Amino acid sequence: MPDGYLPIFLFLIVSILFPTVTLLAVRVIRPSQPGVVKQEAYECGIPAESTARGRYSVRFYIVAILFVIFDVETIFLYPWAVRYRQLGWFGVAEMGVFLAILVLGYVWAYRRGALKWV
Amino acid sequence: MGNFYTSTDHFALMPALVLALFGCAGLFFRRISGVAMLVAGELFTGIALWRQLQAGAITAFDGGLVIDGLGLFFNFLFVAAAAITGLISYRYLDIEDEHHPEFYGLLMLAQCGMFFLATGTDLVTLFTGLELMSVTFYVLVGFLRENRRSNEAALKYLLLGAFSSGILAYGLSLFYGLTGTTKLAPMAQALAALDPTHPAVVLALITTAAGLFFKISAAPFHMWAPDVYEGAPTPVTAYLSVASKAAAFALLLRLFLGPLAPLRDRWQPVVTVVAILSLTIGNLAAVTQSNIKRLLAYSSISHAGYILLGVAAGNETGLRGALLYTLVYTLMNLGAFLVLVAMRRQNLPGETLEDFSGLMRRSPVYAVLMLVFLLSLAGIPPTAGFVAKAYLFLALVEAQQYVLAVIGTVYVAVSLYYYFRIVRAMFAGDAKPEAPLAISWGIGVSTAVTALTTLGFGLWPEPLFQWVKGVTR
Repeated sequence: MPDGYLPIFLFLIVSILFPTVTLLAVRVIRPSQPGVVKQEAYECGIPAESTARGRYSVRFYIVAILFVIFDVETIFLYPWAVRYRQLGWFGVAEMGVFLAILVLGYVWAYRRGALKWV
Repeated sequence: MGNFYTSTDHFALMPALVLALFGCAGLFFRRISGVAMLVAGELFTGIALWRQLQAGAITAFDGGLVIDGLGLFFNFLFVAAAAITGLISYRYLDIEDEHHPEFYGLLMLAQCGMFFLATGTDLVTLFTGLELMSVTFYVLVGFLRENRRSNEAALKYLLLGAFSSGILAYGLSLFYGLTGTTKLAPMAQALAALDPTHPAVVLALITTAAGLFFKISAAPFHMWAPDVYEGAPTPVTAYLSVASKAAAFALLLRLFLGPLAPLRDRWQPVVTVVAILSLTIGNLAAVTQSNIKRLLAYSSISHAGYILLGVAAGNETGLRGALLYTLVYTLMNLGAFLVLVAMRRQNLPGETLEDFSGLMRRSPVYAVLMLVFLLSLAGIPPTAGFVAKAYLFLALVEAQQYVLAVIGTVYVAVSLYYYFRIVRAMFAGDAKPEAPLAISWGIGVSTAVTALTTLGFGLWPEPLFQWVKGVTR
């Protein structure tokens, strides 16, 4: 039984080798001509205003976490939508439970003022 | 597609449904009504469990969940632990000025995860239960938001807990890969047919065992325990040290005595070595501690070692001893911690050895009760701790593991030393003029329950013996 996993093992080796070999090869081949502009942090073309190590409001994290939760929820909705006809009412009920739990968390976060931007 | 949620499934799931419902409702209630919510939730959970006990063993969800004696045993233990934790918490949280209703909801949601750890027989169910419990505990450990130590403890627990969960998940995924099933019963058959010396089997066993040893805080995977126990709010420490440890033991027993039983020759030496290491590190490190929460953290590491000794014995008596020890440990450790919770007063942490100085003169009742709990933790008659240790040593002698029995006995003597440092401070130390203990109604009730059971089972252990016999039959 374990011998059936040889392809996966080979895949692991290739996936480790590919980036290491590529990066090393590039390092050997490329010319090295650093400059002030070249070494600046890349901010989509806009000049950087301050260092990235600065402190900013914890609210960004809360909004980001809430976003991730609903992001993941959407990912779970897709396979259900694809198999909607086969799953029938069972799928609807399961999704209802899943969404109810998520909405409950959302209501809780809303009541605690997680979305208030003071 | 008709048989997805039968009435049997519903009946088997009832305690978890009650816990989830009350737990979620608990998130929206205010202050004292949170305790009421918890008590009501535990009451209904207890009723649901009792009805399952009457109905006998059930297999539900196509063998993904089994309601048997072992699962119910642990679940009754969780009910007791959660109820007592809730009752001792409200005064403490008021003093810490962090009284939020979510606390009681989270206690019940953690217990919901423990339910699945004790009754699940599918790797996915078990792992989900474990994560539900662990994630809830990360929040509970950091519940004192203004307290840096609490934050630090939560962060440490989160990082190390996530790491260990990853290792455990890796091990479980290897077992799935080796056997092609996540259900424990067919997995047992498939593993019995495999060559136990195959590197993949050994790797799966090692990673699974390492993840489990972390969760029960056995040495050498115990590093997180002292820091987390010290930083967490004291009632959470109590809950963490008994309920989460018992739940992880339930998982360990489910795996090691279920699908991994054919590999006994492989894991028995590992369990033995880990048990000895836990006893050694737990007991020796506890000797030098001056913070009582840290001291109890190290002592809980050594208690994990004692329970593992029962598993290492490998016979029926050993399993019974381990179960008996888990139950008794839950009661006596909760008892010791609730005295510690009562020591926390306004502007006074009450966590160090000096704080216990002269407790006998200030509040004799709690000093004597602490003495009872400490005697029980050390394993001195006539307390339940003695009965549990004696049962374990009996199992070791029966299994002809005389060396292990001797090691266990020697460390009882070592543990006496550090438990009696507290006793000496309480009875012989100078009394400082301090505020009286913060005794609430809930602490009073919980003390009565834990003290009566600790002493009662020590004097008359027969019902306990019958119970664990029934569980393991």
